[in-house]
Amino acid sequence: MSDVVLEIAHVTHVHGTGAAEVRALAGVSLTVHAGELVAVMGPSGSGKSSLLALAGGLDVPTSGDVVIEGRSLARASARERAAMRRRHVGYVFQDLNLVPSLTAAENVALPLELDGVRTRDARAQAVAALEGVGIEGLADRFPDDMSGGQQQRVAIARALVGPRRILLADEPTGALDTATGDVVLGVLRSRIDDGAAGVLVTHEPRHAAWADRVVFLRDGMIVDESGDVVEPVFTDQVLAAELAGGDDA
Amino acid sequence: MSAQAVRRGLLALLAKEPMYGARLRSEFEQATGGTWPLNVGQVYTTLNRLERDGLVVGGGGADDEGRILYAITEAGHAEVDHWWSSPIDHASDPRDELAIKIALAVTLPGVNATGLLQAQRRSTLSHLQGLNRLKRRASSEGDQAWQLVLDRLLFAAEAEVRWVDHVDALLSVHPLPAARKESR
Repeated sequence: MSDVVLEIAHVTHVHGTGAAEVRALAGVSLTVHAGELVAVMGPSGSGKSSLLALAGGLDVPTSGDVVIEGRSLARASARERAAMRRRHVGYVFQDLNLVPSLTAAENVALPLELDGVRTRDARAQAVAALEGVGIEGLADRFPDDMSGGQQQRVAIARALVGPRRILLADEPTGALDTATGDVVLGVLRSRIDDGAAGVLVTHEPRHAAWADRVVFLRDGMIVDESGDVVEPVFTDQVLAAELAGGDDA
Repeated sequence: MSAQAVRRGLLALLAKEPMYGARLRSEFEQATGGTWPLNVGQVYTTLNRLERDGLVVGGGGADDEGRILYAITEAGHAEVDHWWSSPIDHASDPRDELAIKIALAVTLPGVNATGLLQAQRRSTLSHLQGLNRLKRRASSEGDQAWQLVLDRLLFAAEAEVRWVDHVDALLSVHPLPAARKESR
């Protein structure tokens, strides 16, 4: 895995000055490759959302750098940063993802059109992206006429439309029931498997389990990282004991 | 799985219709997605106990092939109905090694409780990731019974991580109960 899509290098982020100074991030490094999903966990105030904002170029680090598709955000002007964001980075939040007055296809096409792609081409790419998340049939629906799970699929399609392949998600299934949430995460995972790179901020361990790696933030630092994933092998005895709550009587 | 669960599961199957032991065994395995294979001895030991307790009757001795047809009794039906209408009592399994270990870790002096919690969280999360992969495969293969069993394990593992997080948060608010205990 050598195709580095997103590199966060030794970033610190300090809000305020003097007595009001808050160090949200204190030297975090994280590399995400194509086809990789990294989950970020940690208690409230540990710096998860700050990290996501820096990763997407919504904010700039106090020190350190963020490199998106090989280009340094630290060395970019504000305008270049905005263009890099539009072209390469997509977000999926818990809610309020879509513009209510635009159809699904128009929502997905929006970042392309903002980037100068002609309307017809943008529409074709948007429909292809909707197909990628299994809802091409809903292209002309408005968000209010879609379920929460369908809206999140549109948000994932928009996050990865055209040349975009960095998906940053902040509790993307927070408002959904567990079964629908699983479907949405399955869609997100399959888009990552197709070659995108993702960072998923979550406090739900079951959601973090969709990731290839899980990093734990605390007080603005990565304090731990999950090891290699080993698929459990269930002998009948092991399974029986697991399901009986550890008492294989 | 506990002998109790096998007993209740077999009884529930007999509530449907009388069966020979061999068929009962295969129906049980099928109903649980093949995840709880039973051996023949287990099935007959359980049936003998159920018969002793008046919950089933072995109908009229062995047939030509030496098989006995088992049928549920009224008392057996009552027990099955009770089983369906009662939650599983987790208090009946008080031996939770992790709970005991962490309770000891936060009360005994000189134990790195935070490190222990961290290691447990990492380990359980890796387990969750592994379960997630198995579930994705089960889903793509359309194996629904196995998926449901994996969901059960996923939720259980998730609950463990949440509990570890909770203990961790409590310790950061009320640090070092061990130190308090020592000074008592």
